[in-house]
Amino acid sequence: MSELHTGLNPRSKEFQDNAAAMQVIVDDLKQAIAVVAQGGGEKARQRHLNHGKLLPRTRVEKLLDPDTPFLELSQLAAHDVYDEAVAGAGIIAGIGMVSGRQCMIVANDPTVKGGTYYPLTVKKHLRAQEIAEKNNLPCIYLVDSGGAYLPLQDEVFPDRDHFGRIFYNQARMSALGIPQIAVVMGSCTAGGAYVPAMADESIMVKEQATIFLGGPPLVKAATGEIVSAEDLGGADVHCRISGVADYYAQDDAHALAIARRCIANLNRPHNHLLELKNVRPPRMNPEEMYGIIPRDSRKPFDIREIIGRIVDGSEFDEFKPLYGNTLICGFAHLYGYPVGIIANNGILFSESAQKGAHFIELCGQRNIPLIFLQNITGFMVGSKHEHAGIAKHGAKMVTAVSCVNVPKLTVIVGGSFGAGNYGMCGRAFDPNFLWMWPNARISVMGGEQAASVLAQVTRDKKQKAGETWTIEDEEEMKAPIRQQYEEQGHPYYSSARLWDDGVIDPKDTRLILGLGLAAALNAPIKPTKFGVFRM
Amino acid sequence: MFNSILIANRGEIACRVIRTARRMGLRCIAVYSDADAYAPHVKMADEAYHIGPAPARESYLDAEKILAVAKLAKAEAIHPGYGFLSENAEFAKQCEAAGIIFVGPPASAITAMGSKSNAKQLMEKANVPLIPGYHGTDQSTEAFTTAAKKIGFPVLLKAAAGGGGKGMRVVNNAKEMESALAAAKREGLSSFGDDYILLEKYLEKPRHVEIQVFSDKHNNHLYLYERDCSIQRRHQKIIEEAPAPGMTDSLRRAMGEAAVACAKAIGYVGAGTIEFLLDEDGHFYFMEMNTRLQVEHPVTEMITGLDLVEWQLRVAAGEAMPLTQEQIPLHGHAIEVRIYAEDPMHDFLPSIGTIHYLQQPLAQNWLRVDTGIETGSQISQYYDPMIAKLIVWGETRSQAILRLIQALAHYRVCGVQTNLALLARIACNPDYQVANLFTHFISHHHDQLFSTADQANDDLIVAAAIWHTLHHQNQLKQYANQYHQENSPWFIGKAWRMNMPAEQTLTFNVNNTIDTVNLIETPDGYKAKLNNQEFDVSIMQHTEHHLRISINQIQHDYTIVAEANHLTVFNQLRNLTVSLAQDKWETEDGDASGGHLRAPMPGTVTAILVKPEQNVKRGEALVIIEAMKMEHTINAPTDGIVREICYDVGDSVDEGSELVVVE
Repeated sequence: MSELHTGLNPRSKEFQDNAAAMQVIVDDLKQAIAVVAQGGGEKARQRHLNHGKLLPRTRVEKLLDPDTPFLELSQLAAHDVYDEAVAGAGIIAGIGMVSGRQCMIVANDPTVKGGTYYPLTVKKHLRAQEIAEKNNLPCIYLVDSGGAYLPLQDEVFPDRDHFGRIFYNQARMSALGIPQIAVVMGSCTAGGAYVPAMADESIMVKEQATIFLGGPPLVKAATGEIVSAEDLGGADVHCRISGVADYYAQDDAHALAIARRCIANLNRPHNHLLELKNVRPPRMNPEEMYGIIPRDSRKPFDIREIIGRIVDGSEFDEFKPLYGNTLICGFAHLYGYPVGIIANNGILFSESAQKGAHFIELCGQRNIPLIFLQNITGFMVGSKHEHAGIAKHGAKMVTAVSCVNVPKLTVIVGGSFGAGNYGMCGRAFDPNFLWMWPNARISVMGGEQAASVLAQVTRDKKQKAGETWTIEDEEEMKAPIRQQYEEQGHPYYSSARLWDDGVIDPKDTRLILGLGLAAALNAPIKPTKFGVFRM
Repeated sequence: MFNSILIANRGEIACRVIRTARRMGLRCIAVYSDADAYAPHVKMADEAYHIGPAPARESYLDAEKILAVAKLAKAEAIHPGYGFLSENAEFAKQCEAAGIIFVGPPASAITAMGSKSNAKQLMEKANVPLIPGYHGTDQSTEAFTTAAKKIGFPVLLKAAAGGGGKGMRVVNNAKEMESALAAAKREGLSSFGDDYILLEKYLEKPRHVEIQVFSDKHNNHLYLYERDCSIQRRHQKIIEEAPAPGMTDSLRRAMGEAAVACAKAIGYVGAGTIEFLLDEDGHFYFMEMNTRLQVEHPVTEMITGLDLVEWQLRVAAGEAMPLTQEQIPLHGHAIEVRIYAEDPMHDFLPSIGTIHYLQQPLAQNWLRVDTGIETGSQISQYYDPMIAKLIVWGETRSQAILRLIQALAHYRVCGVQTNLALLARIACNPDYQVANLFTHFISHHHDQLFSTADQANDDLIVAAAIWHTLHHQNQLKQYANQYHQENSPWFIGKAWRMNMPAEQTLTFNVNNTIDTVNLIETPDGYKAKLNNQEFDVSIMQHTEHHLRISINQIQHDYTIVAEANHLTVFNQLRNLTVSLAQDKWETEDGDASGGHLRAPMPGTVTAILVKPEQNVKRGEALVIIEAMKMEHTINAPTDGIVREICYDVGDSVDEGSELVVVE
């Protein structure tokens, strides 16, 4: 295979300034995540510990195989969305190894608003289930939740993708042979009771877990019966009398050990049909990843600098290198798995879009997973290009991306604007995973462009009306638009709303893509049937 | 010289005898009980004969069976080793009657020394100095009190038939006499079937110095110098050395000649030892004579360069001793330590189990390891729990001590508790190093020797954590193959976390306290956090039992042995066993084990203190089992009702057997 070589000079001022700027952004990200990791704060954590319970992150740690990674999802969910902080949307979700199998773990964080479900909590839970279903990952639910967040019930309860969808997903996944394991470690009331009840196997912690459709206050109000929570729906009730739960755990650690045994007993042979090579680290130094992206986002950079720091041996066989070269396509290996890489090196032209569609067809034909590296301002505009049919060429690429059935993983490393987002497998195109670098921006167009477009429309209107509009007036109008786009295009804003699966440290890109790809290979690659390509 | 020999013993002494006999070209015949079918002494011998079940009285003490084997195997001689039948006059007679050479003294000599009171009367006649005492037939409290007053308190009561500290009592004043005498009689009766008690002067700071004697059938008698065996626990020697520190030529001659007189007086033949108490003023008193080869004979061999077993065999064959008194060499200093499977922190309670790891220092001309066990051997309740004898030699005593400390640092055992740490502490004790020895050395230095003050063990815990992590990473690679995910980065062995430090927490149970080690991955190793301390660890080398790491820029070597979820870490003289606390639930469920009381070790049920359906309080004694001649009480873990008692008094139980069910 041909080897990529860096054109960067790590000793240059340019490189070092870029790296320093990225470091600031990454530090800010880690700082934000460190706050999220504290859950509902010291007081709530202490109260939780005083009950002899393990903190939710400790529960996840104990569930996981030691010395294995945890691919956590949507850490910034609900970040700055609600009036009050709801760290991680009150739920920890991620893919981790349990008894040697990759599993989807969904753990309520009772230190965050009692583990209640905010609208984004539901969204995060559903996204985790969606990933589990798409990638054929057993699900383990660590349940400790007060149920729906009642003040926002209209955004949590009634719609298709609201609370009820959790149970729908459980049933459907179980039917697909995707194991559903529930570990009840705290309360699990009303609707929540269906998580363990609908699980394939469920575990309860004695004198700590409760499951009931109506809690003691509701029972008393409804029937006058006075009963304690434990007598109503504790582990003894459900493991010995009702049969709602299957395993009786002495404490949190015991419950997690039982969950590990449940997974160990699944019988899920792993079999993918990829031709593997030996794993080799990139030759180009991944530590240099920070110096690649110019501080000024309008400045171009060579996306191969990133590719070379992700793929095995920095080896990359480029497809059609002399044609449509604002889109880089080519074959490489990631942790020995064959992958097709599609990456932006400028705006999309008709040629690059057709090349992209061709390359996606190749990978679909050969069952080769696809990795999209997005840094796209959009498709080329102007009469020349419209006349040349850039819309239909763009449509070919979008059709190809939509229909191809190989695993697709997207990383937004720079801009993700307009229709470029579609062609490059944005969120709407159901990539198996989508991550953002912390310097990335996502919006229908760039802030400056949006401001200019809106200013142009206004200027035209004013001119038609014969009004004068000074440059200062224009600037006054543009500034808040730029501000709005900057705010809404920020990766935290995106991640907070689950438009992506997380904001990642650029240095971790290779590992994260590798983990995501290996997880995705738990599901067999289905044959692809493309739609009609407009010729 | 005869051509074949049966070794009527087991363990290290059987191996020891076989080594010499083999070198002399003799056909070696071993005997073994059920427990020893795979023992080293059996494998070393040319022939091995099964003689019965594990309990010694049905095997190694069964003279009839052993003689039958000797006849069957056409053994010309029997070496009894020490213990078992070695001082059994009847057996010596039976050998003679059967025309088999007994490698030891004539039965008459054994008999003469068998009873302590008879022996003393004989010695008195031979002008061997005796400790002032009372050996009278009037066994009343009054008689003893009168005698004690005459000699002066404190005095020592001992069972006439006794040995090994059983049936011994120190009496400090007349008031204590009655109960002490009763206790000594009781123990004498239960241990030796004889409650005849002697009284003697109790020396405050005596040393145990014994003389090795040798006699042939031609009325030649020699002494092979002395051994100081003052370091004792529970009246049993654990460290012996030769020559005795501070010994003068004149005292050596005086003691040697007294010992030879003693041997002559009973017409002794073969190897024997006369034990004396030596007081601070250089007075020595006859204690007893052991009419056999001693456990600690190697120190004499190391300083004389002689092979005492060879001499025993030659003498038994009727040869004259090859040297005269003046020709016996004395060169350098030798120390022997006895490595026991026992728990010094719990009153030397024998520790039984399987030796699943054994690493011994390499033998040198100055270092000898006499052992009868190997990796996989069992330390059972049936026999003495000695693992090995470590013998070092030096030009001087201080060199021998340095070598001893070094050798102890390289002696590593897993599977049972040992006294290795105690031996090392003694070797390092300043009083020991200046040879301020006396028989109460261990109790005198108790605070220092048994200090539980935290030695700095943190690096051992860190090493355990690192080793466990590295070991687990290797296992992950194997799992990856098993799951056909050789390539998958899920098996890279890193606890990577999204946007957070890759931190692993390992929780260890260390001497019943929980220690938590946090490991954070660094480019060349880990940053470990333990007890608010940070350790920068780089990994230099890692194999199955070995870890070489640098901690804060200093390199250390650790030997690490894993057994189930226990890790034992050795470094120099230190070792520590930790268990992974977090693994507890992987293999057990609280419900299944709760309320079920299991035997902590194999033994015999001696008392059942509760009845079925009885209410019991937490901590209440339920059952007593006896193992290794010690009693263990099984207490109720919680308040509850006794649901079932699974054994009757007298039943023997295996380790882990369910004894009682309390709900």
